[in-house]
Amino acid sequence: MRKLALSDEILLGVQSPARYIGGEINSVMKDPDKVKTRFVISFADTYEVGMSHLGIQILYDMFNKREDVWCERVYSPWLDLDRILREKKIPLFTLESQRPVKEADFLGITLQYEMCYTNILQILDLSQIPLLASERGEDCPIVIGGGPCTYNPEPIADFFDMFYIGEGEVQYDRLIDLYQENQARGGSRLEFLEQAARIPGIYVPAFYDVAYYDDGTIRSMTPNRPQIPEKVVKQLVVDMDDAGYIEKPLVPFLKIIQDRVVLEIQRGCIRGCRFCQAGMVYRPVRERSLEKLKIYAENILKNTGQDEISLSSLSSSDYSCLKELVYFLIDHFGEKDVNISLPSLRIDAFSLDVMSRVQDVKKSSLTFAPEAGTQRMRNVINKGLTETDILEGAAKAFQGGWNKVKLYFMLGLPSETREDMEGIAALANEVAKVYYDTVPKEKRQGKVQVTVSTSFFIPKPFTPFQWAPMFTAEEYLDRAHIVNDSMKNQLNHKSLRYNWHEADVSVLEGVLARGDRRISRVILDAYRRGCMFDSWSECFDNEKWMEAFRAQNVDIAFYNQRERSLDEILPWDFIDTGVTKDFLKREWKRAMEETVSPNCRVQCQGCGVKKFGGGVCFEGQSEIQ
Amino acid sequence: MKVRVKFSKTGNMKFVGHLDVMRYFQKVNRRAGIDIAYSGGFSPHQIMSFASPLGLGLTSEGEYLDMELNSSGTSAMMMERMNAVMAEGFEVTGFRKLPDTAKTAMSIVAAADYQMTLKEAYQTLLPDQWQLEQFFSQESICVTKKTKKSEKEMDIRPLIYGWRPAENGFWVRLASGSSDNLKPQLLLEALFRYWKSEFLPYAFAVHRLELYADIGTEEQPEFLPLGEMGEEIL
Repeated sequence: MRKLALSDEILLGVQSPARYIGGEINSVMKDPDKVKTRFVISFADTYEVGMSHLGIQILYDMFNKREDVWCERVYSPWLDLDRILREKKIPLFTLESQRPVKEADFLGITLQYEMCYTNILQILDLSQIPLLASERGEDCPIVIGGGPCTYNPEPIADFFDMFYIGEGEVQYDRLIDLYQENQARGGSRLEFLEQAARIPGIYVPAFYDVAYYDDGTIRSMTPNRPQIPEKVVKQLVVDMDDAGYIEKPLVPFLKIIQDRVVLEIQRGCIRGCRFCQAGMVYRPVRERSLEKLKIYAENILKNTGQDEISLSSLSSSDYSCLKELVYFLIDHFGEKDVNISLPSLRIDAFSLDVMSRVQDVKKSSLTFAPEAGTQRMRNVINKGLTETDILEGAAKAFQGGWNKVKLYFMLGLPSETREDMEGIAALANEVAKVYYDTVPKEKRQGKVQVTVSTSFFIPKPFTPFQWAPMFTAEEYLDRAHIVNDSMKNQLNHKSLRYNWHEADVSVLEGVLARGDRRISRVILDAYRRGCMFDSWSECFDNEKWMEAFRAQNVDIAFYNQRERSLDEILPWDFIDTGVTKDFLKREWKRAMEETVSPNCRVQCQGCGVKKFGGGVCFEGQSEIQ
Repeated sequence: MKVRVKFSKTGNMKFVGHLDVMRYFQKVNRRAGIDIAYSGGFSPHQIMSFASPLGLGLTSEGEYLDMELNSSGTSAMMMERMNAVMAEGFEVTGFRKLPDTAKTAMSIVAAADYQMTLKEAYQTLLPDQWQLEQFFSQESICVTKKTKKSEKEMDIRPLIYGWRPAENGFWVRLASGSSDNLKPQLLLEALFRYWKSEFLPYAFAVHRLELYADIGTEEQPEFLPLGEMGEEIL
């Protein structure tokens, strides 16, 4: 039996002790004396959130395939255990070996959203690893960050020894080999960092100096030692079939947020929505082949015993063999009572047919994401969905028996007017009207229910909107109230429901998303004041954050309310995602002209990612030649 | 066909709660390719039921799970298939076919045996004289049972069917089931109170040994282990 790091008394005194015991099906145990390198991988949130994340499962599988590497996991202990670990000075431990995190060679933290930044500090702190990279000695693991937030790593640059920019499958082998060679040679931590910084995709913040103008904008960012590249190039898998896929996903005992197996069908998105960071930084679209996906689906279901499989991609409808794949899944696994879940699907005849077969129509709701209330605004953001698409989709759905619809929008988009805000309510009303127009009275099962949710738009790095100004929390709430008042004035207002996001969190997320290195000290200050689990509404304490900004003399308006000039050096400009700044500028201008840009399959927009040599950029080329 | 599976839950699995154990076995059945019957409807579920939930922190070698199967191999084969896909700490130790008319384990469970063993770290914290003889020979043992809504006084003595001393602890047979039920924790609380000592909830490792049905009469109960009902599939 594995000895646990915590006593019965501690475990039985906290919520969901199974979070901390490991031992799940398909978790990997190795003999620490027989591996050369121990890599601890972490998601800075609770077990239930972190275990739902596909990326960690992919990396866990990838690392553990190497005999000389043992990859283990650690997640954020919840507040109850956090308090006990601090009081009793028990070092944070991994789930597998139950040994202190600090004993590992690497601590890799995936950065999925900005609001987890204080939890990075929690994990470091509880692991008894100095919070600042500059204070770490030879006895500390190399702390490495990865994931979407690394496309602007500057606000957390002080806490990391390095960042990996791009997809993990490409360079980790090389990085580990290098680490082992350096170790064999008796090389120091610094020597390893210097060599690692020359691997494409590896960014070591300490090797770059940033200078500022008097107005606070960046004057320059330059390597401070020889042979350190000026640009860090995003790494990506060119042919997805070469990457392989997890065969044995972990199966938690606890019910986690996404309690199902996930089949990643493609990476990237052809759509080019101008607000969407994922749609830009994961370019170009690269599909996995249907044949491989069939095998992967079979494997992951058989090896986990899960009863639900979910397809994962940014826009499943654009996967070229979607019909074949979905009908294969229904035919092969439907009989075995496997549920098939299809997020990010366009509502059309095909998807409605599929959904009517795999879900209980009466209980489920349909989701549309028009993102903006008027066609003008949708043109600005390049969201191809038209009002006709939505209303026709809704009509088909209502005829098929559905009577619940969810609509997702953003508020505070660039150039947004009152008309655009009121358009949200008007569109929701139209959807409700379609129900009463298409479904005869005797066939109606109660009222139609249209639920509208708005989030506040946050400009993200490497999108055409990266230069756009944000608003204050008060202005955001004013906008939400305009929508709310407008909802009440609609003819079908009794069928409409409206809810909006917290504005304070959005303001903070804006700063963390587009901040520079000077934000690190605000995050550290907020953490010291007790901020943690900021994405949990019951934990988020805006006042503490505001105190931290004041104490560190950092002005939120500088980061949020300012429209950046096109020639300003942005904190993330040193990263090369393949998408050129010229393309982003072009798209920003087209947005302001309210002009849409066709998707990658209709017409190449010359964004720059063709240089990677694969994916949608080369689709159909061989036939033409 | 109805089958009854006996399993143990030991080691670190004591931290996995009852609802999670149910979900765990659903996945075991899928991984092992058990031909279990499903209920109908849009969200079909495996037809299975557990004899008696085991509290968090307790271990057991006498857990039971009834399932409805479409087809089955021999008992030995089925146990091997399930054990090949188990997590460390769970083990299937019995697999028997029940008559079609058999009642579920849940509805017939009447008693449970427990082994209480004092943990080393607590040895100095307990009274030297445990006075178990005197404690168990009381005519009545009154405790306050707290439910979500109220507190009520009850006499647990009639729910203690037997006891005997054991190495570093004792063995008890307690009423277990839907009508009469005594949780081992409640008995321990009463024992600490008898000692006039502060209750130390984790002082004893509580291990469930067996679950029984009562096949006797009202005057003369006769306890039969749930795993001795039905027959081996050969």
